[in-house]
Parts: sequence; C-alpha cells; structure tokens
Amino acid sequence: MGSRGSESGAAIALRGVHKRYSAPDGVIEALAPIDLEIAEGSFVALVGPSGCGKSTLLRIVAGLEPPSGGEVVVRDRARMAYVFQDAHLLPWRTLAGNVALPLELRGEPRSRIDAQVAEALAAVELSGFADSYPAALSGGMRMRASIARALVTKPRLLLMDEPFGALDEITRNRLDERLLALFGAQRFTVLFVTHGIFEATFLAERAIVMSRRPGRVVHDAPSALVGERTAELRGEAAFAREAHELARALERGSR
Amino acid sequence: MSAKGSRLAGLLLPPAIGLLVLLAAFELVARLFFAREAYLLPPPSAIAKAAWQERALLASATLSTGRAAALGFVASGALGVLFAIVLASSRLLERALYPYAIALQTVPIVAIAPLLVVWLGVGPKSVVASAFIVSVFPVVTNTLAGIRAVDPALRDLFRLYGARRFAVLTKLELPHATPSVAVGLRVAAGLAVIGAIVGELVAGFAEHDPGLGIVVMTAYRQLRTDLLFAAVACSAALGIALFSIVSLGAWLWLRRWYSGAR
Repeated sequence: MGSRGSESGAAIALRGVHKRYSAPDGVIEALAPIDLEIAEGSFVALVGPSGCGKSTLLRIVAGLEPPSGGEVVVRDRARMAYVFQDAHLLPWRTLAGNVALPLELRGEPRSRIDAQVAEALAAVELSGFADSYPAALSGGMRMRASIARALVTKPRLLLMDEPFGALDEITRNRLDERLLALFGAQRFTVLFVTHGIFEATFLAERAIVMSRRPGRVVHDAPSALVGERTAELRGEAAFAREAHELARALERGSR
Repeated sequence: MSAKGSRLAGLLLPPAIGLLVLLAAFELVARLFFAREAYLLPPPSAIAKAAWQERALLASATLSTGRAAALGFVASGALGVLFAIVLASSRLLERALYPYAIALQTVPIVAIAPLLVVWLGVGPKSVVASAFIVSVFPVVTNTLAGIRAVDPALRDLFRLYGARRFAVLTKLELPHATPSVAVGLRVAAGLAVIGAIVGELVAGFAEHDPGLGIVVMTAYRQLRTDLLFAAVACSAALGIALFSIVSLGAWLWLRRWYSGAR
C-alpha cells in the first residue's frame, strides 16, 4: 500500500481487497475480495444498499482503515481529499478558517493561504460568507464549505462519502450540478459513494453497484448517457433507462 | 421602558422580591422568637448593623480571601488543563492515573488541610493551596471530557492532512474542549472560595491580613453571631462575584461560535 504509481496508469487500483471485523457474536465479513481499477480523471459512483461496505471501501482507499488483506494502490495519495457524510466543519472557525485548515496543516505560508481560500470559496459560491461561522449557515452552505475545504488543496483525487445524503432533494440536485461543473473544470478523479440511484446516474461516467454484506461488485458499467449533464437531463428518457438499469442491479445485489 | 429594559426587569424582579420576602420573614422570626437570645438568630437588621460597624474589617477580609481564592483558581485553571492534556495524551496514562485523581477528589479537604499546615506552614501559602486542591478537579475532568468528545471524523480529517500531534492538540482538541473547560472553570470559581475559607479555618492567621475564615472563627469564639452572619454573607457574595466574572469571561470568549455559551 502506498503512493507508488501503478503500471496501468489507474488513479486507484485494488487487488483482492477485503475486510472483516471481529464482533461479539463472531466475525463479520464486510467486504468480499474486490478487484477494481479507477482511471485517472474519471467520475465513478459507488452505489449500494446501506451497510454494504461501500463507505468502508472508501475509507480503505483513503487509508483511514487498513484492509484485512489485498493491495491498495493510490497514485496521488499526497494530493487526495476526502468529503464526509456531514460537513464536519470546525465550529470555532469561520468558513475561511475552515477552508484554510488543510493548507495550515500542510505548513503552507500564510501569504499563499488567503488567495487559495478565496478561490476555493468562490468555486462553491460562498465568497460572501468567508467570515461567517458554520452555526449561522444552512446545511447546504455548510456542505459547500466542506467541498471548498477539499478543493483548496487542488486535489487530483476526490473521495466523497455520501456527501449530500443529509440534504433535501433540491439542494442535493443543485450541489450535484455544482460538483459536475467543478469536475469539468478541474478534471480530478472522483470516487463518489451514494445510495441514491438518480444521483449516481446523474453524476457518474461509470457506476459500480455493490451487493449487500459481504459487499462485492454486482454491476460495473460505463454510463450510456452522452453529452452535457445539465438539470434537464433528469427528465430525459435515456436518464430514466440508465437509472432503471442501476436499480435492477441494486435489486440483484440486495437479494 | 424599552423592550430590553423590561426583559431585564422581568429577569431581576422575581429573585429580588423573593429575597425581600425571605429577609422580612427572617426578621420577623428573629424578633418574635429570639428577641432575648439574639446570639442564636440575630435579625437581618442587626446583621446589617454589625456589617456596617465592622465594614473595614469585612472589606479587608473579603479582599484577603478573594486574593487567595483567585490565586488558587488561576493555578487550578492552568495546572488542571495541563494535567488533562497529559492524561489525554495516552490511554495508558489515563488508565493508570485517572482513577486515583478521582479517588483524591473524594478525600475531604477538611481532612487534608492540617497536612497543608504541616507542609506549608500557617499562612497564605496553605490557604492558596487549599483553594487550589478543592477547585482543580472539575477543571481536569471537564477538560478531559471535552478532549475525549472530539468528533472521530474530525480526527480522521486531521489525519488525512498529515497533522502532527501538536497541531491536533492546538487546532482540534483544545478548541473543541473550550466549552467544557469553561464549565469546569465556572464550577472551580465557586469551589476556590470554599477552599480558601476552609484553608483559613485551619491554616489562617489572625495577626496579619485575616481572611473571612478568620473573621468567622473570631466572631464564633466571641459569640458575635451577627458578625458571623455578615462574614458568611461576604463569603457568599465573593463566591457569586468570582463565578460571575468567570461566566462573563467564558461568554465573551465563546459567544461567537458556541450556541451554549451563557
């Protein structure tokens, strides 16, 4: 495990990665051995029912949890950012202070930090709220700040763990569109965990569907959707077909 | 009256009326049933008179005790937070030391106070030490609880960005713990006054700059119950004053981001 480049040029390569926990009533098999490669600059959604181990897989990729076995190769581990299920901002810091945190922890000079923070806040349309405290903002704004905190380090790899799951649908859709715009502009690699079929359909160039525990891949296919992903796409027939495909895969995995 | 003024009045009026009613009842009972044995229960008017007559003594005693309590409190705040940081730095250390810290907390200070006299002698050192010992534990336990309650996701975040141990302490654990440190400090403020007075009762000294504990002892020996009550009232006022100062400080410190700041 480490950041040495993979020979295939993949941003993430997993070989036989599996995970088991010991629980009071025996061993829980969380992840069946998984082989997976994620291409550099692609947007991949990881879809599955609750408790299927998709978040665990993401944490293993991030290095937050060790796998029970197998090999994890992340090409740009040093330029990786992670977005949690909730915003998880530091309440005692302003938005600007929160977004500056990763740079501070990496020891960037103050003079460079301010400009990068302003840029990241502008990217999520929060420039006017730099001096606000998280408690004064809506859930959607806090989530956007959390994304700005991830973007401020100019990541090559963005890991997102059901980032908009706690938001209402309108806010979630708007943030999905915002995220796609940022992805289009910066072309980092995104691994996006969600249990939302429509969200995965809308966002991903490739969707990976996982089964119930122990999680394994039951469906892995590139999106059939072509052209620009705008809000109107959600009303089109091709979108519905694609979502239906995912739903059936999810259904197969839940049995 | 402005809206803000009437709200303030609504806040202050009920306790003020309550106090007046209590004092009136106290006065009535004392005058009706203890008229010939005023040393048992002097009426508030007599206590007020004694307090006025001895105002110089009470003022300097309050100041003396207040100084010792404040010193003990500051020591509690500084050493208490430091000790909590040391305990939080390792699970092993916490498991090894924390039970004894708790056990120590249950030892009554009245029982330790004579020991302080043996070690530190009669005088202000023992009084400050007593104020410190009584008030330090709430600071330790609350700080430790605050550090322990840090959101695991935030710890993950710091880990992902390669934060050093020191950065985790100063940028995550301590800021997160400040509201509970403030709770500990508020409790400690009241306890420091109690500790100082207990210290004075055992290790106080009448010759020079006597504190409220000494005034209580002297008044008791002379059966001057009115002065004794006055000294007790001064102690209570001192405790409330220190508590209020700390509460105000905590509120100013936390109000920008912490909704529970009062």
